[in-house]
Amino acid sequence: MTVLDPPAVATVPPRSRLPLTRSLFLAAAAVLLVVVFLLSLCVGARGIPFAEVWQVLWRPDGSETSYIVREMRMSRATLALLVGAALGVAGALIQALTRNPLADTGILGVGAGASFAVVVAIGLLGVTALSQYLWFAFIGAILVTALVYALGSIGAAGATPVRLTLVGVALGAVLGGFSSAITMLNPDSFDDMLRWSAGSLAGRGWPTLVTVAAPIAAGLLIAAIVGRPLNAISLGDDLARSLGANVVRTRVLVIIAVTLLAGAATAAAGPVGFVGLMVPHVVRWFTGPDQRWIIPFSAVGAALLLLASDVLGRVVIAPQELEVGIVTAFVGAPVLVALARRTRVSAL
Amino acid sequence: MTVDFGYRTLAVQRRGWSGIASLRAALVTLALAAATVIGVVVSISTGTYDIPLDEVVGGLLGTADGGTVLVVREWRMPRALLATLLGVALGMSGAIFQSLTRNPLGSPDVIGFSSGSYTGALIVILVTGGGYYAVAAGALVGGVVTALVVFVLAYRRGVQGFRLIIVGIGVSALLAASNTYLMLRATVEEQLTAGVWGSGSLNGLSIAELVPVALVMLVLVPAVLTLSPALRVLELGDDAAGSLGSRPTSIRLAAIVLGVALVALVTAAAGPIAFIALVAPQIARRLTRSAGVGLIAAGVTGALLLVISDFLAQRLFAPLQLPVGIVTVSVGGVYFVWLLVRETRRR
Amino acid sequence: MIVSKDVTAMTASAPAMTSRLHAADVTIGYDRRVISERLDVRIPDGSFTVIVGPNACGKSTLLRSLARLLKPADGEVLLDGRAIAAMPAKALARQVGLLPQTSLAPDGIVVADLVSRGRYPHQGLIRQWSVDDARAVAAALAATNTTELSARLVDELSGGQRQRVWVAMALAQETPILLLDEPTTFLDIAHQIELLELFRRLHKEGRTLVAVLHDLNHAARYATHIIAMKDGQVVAEGEPKDIVTAGLVREVFGLDCVVVPDPVAGSPLVVPLGSATLS
Repeated sequence: MTVLDPPAVATVPPRSRLPLTRSLFLAAAAVLLVVVFLLSLCVGARGIPFAEVWQVLWRPDGSETSYIVREMRMSRATLALLVGAALGVAGALIQALTRNPLADTGILGVGAGASFAVVVAIGLLGVTALSQYLWFAFIGAILVTALVYALGSIGAAGATPVRLTLVGVALGAVLGGFSSAITMLNPDSFDDMLRWSAGSLAGRGWPTLVTVAAPIAAGLLIAAIVGRPLNAISLGDDLARSLGANVVRTRVLVIIAVTLLAGAATAAAGPVGFVGLMVPHVVRWFTGPDQRWIIPFSAVGAALLLLASDVLGRVVIAPQELEVGIVTAFVGAPVLVALARRTRVSAL
Repeated sequence: MTVDFGYRTLAVQRRGWSGIASLRAALVTLALAAATVIGVVVSISTGTYDIPLDEVVGGLLGTADGGTVLVVREWRMPRALLATLLGVALGMSGAIFQSLTRNPLGSPDVIGFSSGSYTGALIVILVTGGGYYAVAAGALVGGVVTALVVFVLAYRRGVQGFRLIIVGIGVSALLAASNTYLMLRATVEEQLTAGVWGSGSLNGLSIAELVPVALVMLVLVPAVLTLSPALRVLELGDDAAGSLGSRPTSIRLAAIVLGVALVALVTAAAGPIAFIALVAPQIARRLTRSAGVGLIAAGVTGALLLVISDFLAQRLFAPLQLPVGIVTVSVGGVYFVWLLVRETRRR
Repeated sequence: MIVSKDVTAMTASAPAMTSRLHAADVTIGYDRRVISERLDVRIPDGSFTVIVGPNACGKSTLLRSLARLLKPADGEVLLDGRAIAAMPAKALARQVGLLPQTSLAPDGIVVADLVSRGRYPHQGLIRQWSVDDARAVAAALAATNTTELSARLVDELSGGQRQRVWVAMALAQETPILLLDEPTTFLDIAHQIELLELFRRLHKEGRTLVAVLHDLNHAARYATHIIAMKDGQVVAEGEPKDIVTAGLVREVFGLDCVVVPDPVAGSPLVVPLGSATLS
């Protein structure tokens, strides 16, 4: 991922946008989310009419339909919500922290760390169960992020956005290289590794959901309280300090939040990279640069994108499935390009 | 009158031609070039069976026994020379993009070239099973078409830098997803072929591949060197560059075309080994302690990196041959991180 | 007192004025926004011309068109009667130099290196550092008093020093005409005056200078020819002692003031009325 220096822009949240309009938008998006959620319960290799779904939701009757809806699809849809929200918020946080609208969680090495750990697990340790990948991925993500932060903090200047970015990208590339090497040396497990790295929500089930729910919830909580200091930081470190924001503490909190959110999301679904980059961008063009709006909107928007992509992936080449990581790129990229072609492309 | 540059300089002032360079930069570049030559010689003389140095010379001149001449002339020398030439191409291409984007992470990926070339190669592999020239052609077409598409999509009364980046990222992501999709639906052999190609490899390359590469480099490198003073002036900003008598948009366009051509050459010949384009200019800059991005130093550093990486790729897990792209990422990446850490310690 | 758009009326009362640089009926702007329509401006040769006016009146736009950074939608900018749009870029750069408002110094560059990049219009592919280049750079450094700084990193200089270095780069270009886009903004008063005195010296050496300045008093004191603009058009043109009056200031800036002779230089000194009164 190529990342550029941010233009020197000091932005102030516009007062012209009524908070009321934005609340309305958010509510509308949430309603849409519920609609798509219900839709995802009906759609799949076997389409189930809505009436049946509704009945089985409130009165489980042990039938096959009940099993499909309650065990498989509901856990999958809820996971999509959680993972989507986590990715969207993590992306928004990273872009605000590095003051760089081209940043995504990849620069902290989260995706690379998770992938490398999974590759080691599959290729060197012979692990085959999906549930076990989960732990490897999560631990890998945390370790690598910690390493990136540690290396980036060496020296008087501390972990400035530019240094973090450079170190993150370099380490990410190195880990990618090691991953490829291990993959080459174990061609039998190539397919498994490839499948994991495409990003998919299939076959995860309630256990996965329960495991990642806690870190994601914790990450979202931190994100909620860090919105205001982040607004200050987007104006530059010095200005932020003079406004009373504790720059170092906010930075640490944000990195913890990003690691929890992106690490858990990647552990659950594999690397679904595009969502975290694109959604905050699109959201920002509608909400303006106020982080306290960007974060919730990113959560809802990304959840919507991921859920819709998952539904699409199940429908498009039924009865086979198209991995959700692939669909989000196909859905998101044209939208991003179309929006980029609108006349006013704001930098931050 | 002499001007104090703060570092020792090497100046030539004749009636017909004149030039100036930092002494340190010149010496470092020469040292890197010498190291590259040593690397090439070592690569030629070691292998499945070692060839002592005097026989290497004999092999080159054709005076040694038939077997040695074959190994040296047909296999090892072309491969080592290819590593050198392709390394130069990558180093220079990276330097061009970093100078244009004024960003240490600037690279040809910005316009989606790598993803596009991978897609082109994949399609060829899946459809035809993959022969060297077919895959090379596919990669070339894929990369160039992608770059053009990105340019066209980003064009709205001129190309604004930021819009180009975003469109590039969008298109790259789309293509990367397509690549994953294609790979998942392929057979195991196809996956492996694609995977090996995608990591970049100089395996099995010989004179037949060396000659076209050398010819193209003979055209591209002088063109790039001609552009070098204009690029230096462009680093001062469009306004200053324009008032100094350069035409910023034309220069930028020419630079992008040359940068893409260099990367396309490498991708077609050996697959995507893009990481050298990223780190070689940065390593060169830090070693020569020069301002901005030096094209020649970057090229020589790229050559050295690729020669070393190819040597390691062949010998490290012998007889298993690693794709060189993996080694370059590992070696280059680690060295880069070390440089970064050392840099802040000094400040 | 001259308040007129008609330049010919002015020349009737002054010695014959030649002007190499002439913006002939130009319509200039950005994207779809037109800033000036059918603007006709001649820069007198050998003058120190200063363009003044309120924010967004088109001063910088005019200067950038003279430097060929902006293409006029209509009309053309002429140098010695030839359209500059048709001239080869380097040939123009040897005649007209510009100190832009914003410039980027590459990371880690040394002062001497930056200044020597100003020699680009005189250099060729194989002539990158001739004796002339060395002489011009040394002279430029000496003229701006930056010779002691020549080995320092540009990043480590103060604002005033850095601005002098950029001026040195423009000087190294050795052009008879020099355009300066807000050269003194963001500098403290000592550095502002230092720079203006340098410009006066350069002017005395025979160069034609065209500067956009914010400070009307600086303009009045140092310029030999003032162009006052408002809303994209020239409101008045002429020597400071004729142009700078309370009436003009009110018309162009909307500011009430009193104009008195500067006790040191004798040029007009604008003293705003504001709310303070003599009592």
